Amino acid sequence: MALPFYVPPQQMMQDKAEYAKAGIAKGRSTIAMEYRDGIVLVADNPSLSIYKIAEVYDRIAFAGAGKYSEFENLRKAGIRHADLKGYMYSREDVTAKSLANAYSQVLGTIFSQEVKPLEVEIMVVEVGAEEQPNQLFRISFDGSIYDDTGFSVIGGRAEAIQLAVKTRHRPGATIEEALAWSLDSLEQGGNQRIPLETLEVAILDSHRVGRRFRRLLKPEVERLLPARSPS
Amino acid sequence: MPFRWDDPGSSFSDFLAAYRQQFPAGPGSIPLPASQPSLTPAGSGHAAWLPLPRGTTVLALCYGDGAMVAGDRMATEGYQVADRRIEKVFRADDHSAIAIAGTAGPCIELARLFQVELEHYEKLEGAQLSMEGKANKLAQMVRANLPLAMQGLIVLPLFAGFDPKVGRGRIFKYDVAGGRYEEADYHATGSGGKDARTTMKKLYRPGLSRADALAVVLEALYDAAEEDVATAGPDLIRNIFPTVKVIDRAGLTDVDESQIRPLMTRLIEQRRRG
Repeated sequence: MALPFYVPPQQMMQDKAEYAKAGIAKGRSTIAMEYRDGIVLVADNPSLSIYKIAEVYDRIAFAGAGKYSEFENLRKAGIRHADLKGYMYSREDVTAKSLANAYSQVLGTIFSQEVKPLEVEIMVVEVGAEEQPNQLFRISFDGSIYDDTGFSVIGGRAEAIQLAVKTRHRPGATIEEALAWSLDSLEQGGNQRIPLETLEVAILDSHRVGRRFRRLLKPEVERLLPARSPS
Repeated sequence: MPFRWDDPGSSFSDFLAAYRQQFPAGPGSIPLPASQPSLTPAGSGHAAWLPLPRGTTVLALCYGDGAMVAGDRMATEGYQVADRRIEKVFRADDHSAIAIAGTAGPCIELARLFQVELEHYEKLEGAQLSMEGKANKLAQMVRANLPLAMQGLIVLPLFAGFDPKVGRGRIFKYDVAGGRYEEADYHATGSGGKDARTTMKKLYRPGLSRADALAVVLEALYDAAEEDVATAGPDLIRNIFPTVKVIDRAGLTDVDESQIRPLMTRLIEQRRRG
């Protein structure tokens, strides 16, 4: 049997990371931003039926960037994890922290053991109960996990968009402000104008009871962004 | 439905069964119904003798704008009261409710599992199950409980809701073997079910208003409590009243105790006068 060529681990990891980054860089971005009454998630998404933002549990939402088939699998696995845990224990025992950890483990294992890493970057956000703070977790293709405050950005030009958000975001914003800032930042970072038709928006509304996740449809987005609506 | 061999599909109960097969000693795990050890030493006996709380009367009724589901609040254990405030009617999702009669433990468990089932499907698929789909899934879940039912742990749900596709309320009843039957107007099950049905038979009219339907529902439960020892009437001392949930196009709402109490008091007054 022929011996495989020796590739130093540093080289192998670097190659995989570059491959994954290139895959993610092709995709568009998603922003999660805290506002006065919860968290708003905004994605630049030309499809009306294939979502990048999704509900996971009562207070938890998921967003994915990169390769759709891969983050869609992660989304489903997350929902199964959350529903199983909530059914076996109780609904309040399902937390973004444990879910983010589970994602981190899976992505980390795949990155180090599989030939092809996942070309995804994902976000798990949770709106806090009563006085509890919100939580924004970002998990990278290699399983590294970031605990963001105020806002979080994943996808193609995440760094440029992050800088753009930083100059705008203030705590205690209204939904209108947070939505406008997110859209401006996506446009500035991506260096292109985004029509409202290709905007996917959802909120985790802390004032709701039970399932806090809600998609904002086009008329509502138009109402919240009067400066951008066609009329 | 599983599409690939490694995809567990969109059903939570199927996923749970597979999970329990894979991790039999997992957190909170209970054996699968099929491998459930016999509850009686002989193996062929009946668990009906077990001192387990049993839920009694529940009913559902279609009215002009949708459906109503209601139940009394009693659970019995043989000839004893097991619980005076048990809840037997549960919200399944925004447009349907499930009411249960039978052994309280597995009944409440089924209702909880069914709630997760519907929410799980909705989140995974990004769309709600149709009313027909929900009713069929519930039939399969009742059927999965058959081995336990044969040992006396009977679970008999009543499923009702508003079907936006046909624009009216719909009611489904079940048998322990997973038989699923649609009722056009009303149905009641549990120990006082027959008595509640008799009252509804006399008072039911198609297209009842919400207020009239509520009065019929409460009178049916009142009669069931009069005729059946295991069904409780309104408890004016402890302030316990039946649970009623109303489902229409806008969604599911609980009828508040403040609405039920005056109707019950009026009913009692009518009966007193004769």
